[in-house]
Amino acid sequence: MLYALKIATRYLTANKAQTALLVTGVAVGVFIFIFMSALIGGLAEFILSRTVGDLSHITIEAETEDPALLISPEGHVLVVAERGRTRTATLAEAATWLPLIQAVSGVRAVSPQIAGAGFLTRGAQVAQVSVTGMEPGRESAILDLDGYMVEGKVRLGSGLVVVGRALADDLNLSLGQTLRLQSSNGVTAALTLSGIFKTGNGAMDNARAFVSLSTARTLFAMPQGVTKIEIKLNDLNAADETALRIRALTGLDAVPWTEGAEQLMEALDAQAQTGYFLKTFALITIVIGVASALLLSTYRRRPEIGIMRAMGAGRGFVIFVFVAQGALIGLMGGVMGAALGYLALLPFPSRDAFRPGTLPMDITQGSYGLAITLTVIGAILASILPARSAARVDPVTAIGQ
Amino acid sequence: MSTLLQVRDLVKTYGTGEAATRVLRGLTLDLEAGEMAALLGPSGSGKSTLLTILGTLMKPTTGSYVMLGQDMIAADDAALTNFRNLHIGFVFQFHNLLPDFTALENVIFPTAVREGRETPAARTRGRDLLVRMGLADRIDFPTAKLSGGQKQRVAVARALMNGPELVLADEPTGNLDRASAIQVMELIGQINREEGTTFLISTHDEKIASLCRRQVVVGDGVVTG
Ligand SMILES: Nc1ncnc2c1ncn2[C@@H]1O[C@H](COP(=O)(O)OP(=O)(O)OP(=O)(O)O)[C@@H](O)[C@H]1O
Ligand SMILES: [Mg+2]
Repeated sequence: MLYALKIATRYLTANKAQTALLVTGVAVGVFIFIFMSALIGGLAEFILSRTVGDLSHITIEAETEDPALLISPEGHVLVVAERGRTRTATLAEAATWLPLIQAVSGVRAVSPQIAGAGFLTRGAQVAQVSVTGMEPGRESAILDLDGYMVEGKVRLGSGLVVVGRALADDLNLSLGQTLRLQSSNGVTAALTLSGIFKTGNGAMDNARAFVSLSTARTLFAMPQGVTKIEIKLNDLNAADETALRIRALTGLDAVPWTEGAEQLMEALDAQAQTGYFLKTFALITIVIGVASALLLSTYRRRPEIGIMRAMGAGRGFVIFVFVAQGALIGLMGGVMGAALGYLALLPFPSRDAFRPGTLPMDITQGSYGLAITLTVIGAILASILPARSAARVDPVTAIGQ
Repeated sequence: MSTLLQVRDLVKTYGTGEAATRVLRGLTLDLEAGEMAALLGPSGSGKSTLLTILGTLMKPTTGSYVMLGQDMIAADDAALTNFRNLHIGFVFQFHNLLPDFTALENVIFPTAVREGRETPAARTRGRDLLVRMGLADRIDFPTAKLSGGQKQRVAVARALMNGPELVLADEPTGNLDRASAIQVMELIGQINREEGTTFLISTHDEKIASLCRRQVVVGDGVVTG
């Protein structure tokens, strides 16, 4: 078949302009394919990082225990709940789970937290806040707090608190001032404002206060355990499987971010479908282009095909000559289109530096190999019809004496 | 001399019904190994049709054809393709060479297609044949740049490449000038004498036909002389 390949190559080089045009056409199709892949992939990445990027990818929350009901034999409820239990459930053995979870592959960071509610007061002003206690050093594990700091430092230590810009403005706070934080447990602590952040998210900037885990322990009277564990993954798309693995490993109720994000997932799905549709369209265009060009070529070369058949070339040989042409065109067009696609994507900002206002093209999601493979397969399929028609050429009429 | 091929009662009808044309009407012919025969007859008498059938490129409507002891009527396409490659060479009037290939590449085609690649041995034989055809200085020429007579000599070299027993030539000198035509015929005659290859050459030219030792005349779909 080496010889058939030689003939195929010669046919392609004999008509350089036509071949170049055909290959360029294929390359344009591949280019569109790659551009769409990078755009759809990048867009999904962009949307996800905007919506989910600052969220915990997998969250383990203590299961809230129903308050024990003490029921008298007559059916009267005697006691409804214990005050301490309704407020928060705890993950008492969190400390033992943490290293285990940290070791799960794909886990980038684990952040044990104690969350609760409280009132922040300064002078006569009071604001309701949700308080999150985090381990010092892991402040930016989930939410990139460090990146959002506008004043001061994120570093949480005992006696320090970090609040959002809007809250700070409401209470007229400035760095270094002392505030009082009263927890829902009734514990009050005097804290020094050590940093102000601005995320752009209203609820976050308005009503969140971050303290150290040890401060939170005091505030919420929780000498050990945490109320939730937030987990950040390297790949947020792996949340479902990783959550399952953590669940199997620890028996804890690990919930991936995708739960409760069905609408977002649907939207992304629809977007991906659009991408598939356009890519399929590009491939179909390639197939039609290659098929028609080769069909024309078989027609033009009918006398030669007749001569080859008369000289003892079998039908299989003729088929191979034309299928090889298709494959070569697909390969050349595929590689050229992939290279052009890559070059065209180079100027776009990388996925970590997407800025609003630019197309969030992701050069790493160009599916170059897939594009080339599908193009070669498509071109081979496209060449089958012309190849078969070439193999059926009747030498007698083709030579046409 | 041994018999190379035998055809008996060949009938060939083109088309069906009203449009049916009966071209061969029970033609019978034997060719001995080593013969050099001219095929004569008026235009439309069926010379090309006969050569096409003998070349196994087309089957007759009825009749028998045996070559080298093998039944050419019963054989399937793959078997005939293989048989042609080994035992039959062709020279046509038009559309003879592959235009995008050199003279040498054209000549060695029958061997290369058989072996799946162009071997050095095939190249050597191809060169020798081209030299014999007086084309030593045109071996690596693109065929598009050859003259009509040179093209036909390349075609003869290619027809001989696999050392076939039979070479069928349909008006090989039809569009050559007298001098080129005679040159091609002399080369054919030389091969015929030296290698014993059988030639059947259709022509309208009495002068060309007279260069052959036997004349087969077709008329009314049968051999008349
Ligand atoms: N494919 C075909 N379909 C119908 N009729 C055909 C076909 N091929 C040939 N014929 C007819 O058969 C007859 C014989 O044709 P053929 O080409 O064999 O004659 P020929 O002797 O070679 O003529 P020439 O000397 O002009 O080459 C002609 O009348 C021709 O019109
Ligand atoms: Mg004829």
